[in-house]
Amino acid sequence: MRKIVQTIKFEGDVDPTFKDWIEGVPGGEKLHSCIQCGTCSAACPVSLYMDYTPRRLMHLSREGFRDEALGSLMLWLCTSCYACTVECPRQIKVTEILYTLKRRAISEGVYPSGFPVPVLAKYFYMMVRATGRMSEMWLVSLVFLRTNIFKALAMSGLGLNLLKTGRMPLKPDMISDRAGFRRYLDAASPEKKEAGG
Amino acid sequence: MKYAYYPGCSLKGTGRSYEESLLPVFKALGAELNELKDWNCCGATAYMSVDEGKAAALVGRNLALAEMQGGDLVAPCAACYLTLTKTQKRMEEYPEVHGNVTRGLTASGLKYEGKVKVRHPLDVLINDIGLEAIAKKVVKPLKGLKVAPYYGCQIVRPYATFDSQDNPVTMDKLLKVVGADVVDYPLKTKCCGGSLTGTMPEVGVSLVHGLLHEARRRGADIIATVCPLCQFNLDAFQDQASKKYEKSNMPVVYLTQLLGLAMGISVKELGLHRGIVPVEPVLAQRELTHV
Repeated sequence: MRKIVQTIKFEGDVDPTFKDWIEGVPGGEKLHSCIQCGTCSAACPVSLYMDYTPRRLMHLSREGFRDEALGSLMLWLCTSCYACTVECPRQIKVTEILYTLKRRAISEGVYPSGFPVPVLAKYFYMMVRATGRMSEMWLVSLVFLRTNIFKALAMSGLGLNLLKTGRMPLKPDMISDRAGFRRYLDAASPEKKEAGG
Repeated sequence: MKYAYYPGCSLKGTGRSYEESLLPVFKALGAELNELKDWNCCGATAYMSVDEGKAAALVGRNLALAEMQGGDLVAPCAACYLTLTKTQKRMEEYPEVHGNVTRGLTASGLKYEGKVKVRHPLDVLINDIGLEAIAKKVVKPLKGLKVAPYYGCQIVRPYATFDSQDNPVTMDKLLKVVGADVVDYPLKTKCCGGSLTGTMPEVGVSLVHGLLHEARRRGADIIATVCPLCQFNLDAFQDQASKKYEKSNMPVVYLTQLLGLAMGISVKELGLHRGIVPVEPVLAQRELTHV
């Protein structure tokens, strides 16, 4: 039998502070002016794979559907192509709002489990913090080992192709003063406990 | 003409043939590129998803280094170009973002006064070097080569000022001046899937397929790009798109490789042998193979 779930919320079920919080983060200030025209969803190259399209996510966020917005798959399907941002007739920086939600989902650990995109973001973050640069091969290997070993095996054909064409250096590239680099980053923005953890 | 050059991580790895072709082409055109000393990763799209303040600081450090070195900063990778221009804009617009960068720089004895001009190679080629100067260097016009110009997203969106966001034409002009046949390619600014090809192949590879299919349908022999991720996705995931959708055998090269070829630089020196889909059959067919 299909499970019965509550699909509509009472006013008391939503988070009334959510919109103001988003609008207080750089890039989020125009969320309230969305006219729900759907231009963002039409411009988005991956909206056809999303659980909530960009238009729906803007509405959910504005109305305080915090858990739905933060837990949505769509955040991790966004490729940051900025088509929505450029096309929005109300100049809403949709891509930036999605980044704001991604950061909160990662810091609260509420992103969909087993989904490789947030894992990639966290490993990327840790690698650059440690070495100052990103080594594509190490990053990709880590993410695949962590999320799905079978995909890692399927990718090995790709790895072989890259090795053959000399496009996969095995030695990670690094900057010179890595400890100083970490101090620099932490002075700019104190290290959060959850981030990268 | 002297520039600071910010290669970014990809041009030292999977996108190395972009650097291999960019450097000799710029040199031949009289533009000196001096690699930014001790540059760090730009943070791409992933860093913004974890820590916004540190994402700005990553870019701030590179800008400070570039200001110290002098000259406009040339960033060939689309993600690097975007994070640089975006952070500059955000530093102007939001005091908190400016504060993040300044706190980091002050603590490290660095400073940034906001004087660095970030440039994409397309911008430098068109506006500083100029089509006429490039035409003069052509020794082997790419006659008969049908090229689909593929710009991708992050070069023109959302902050580039040197070309149109809807219908960019700088690459079209450069290809024409070296004698290529530019095919009309309406998907020129559509997304290649970014990192979704690896993380969510069912989505990423479908985007790759769409781009390849349209280029083929328009009669292109080859796709030219100026982004290392676009090149990587269309080239390295082409076999997966072939298996799932329809057979495809479309070489995907950097614009700078084609410019270099027309300027008489060798296939090997330009890194044209690094394609996973080999480019040699197409070049042979158009009689463009030379030493």
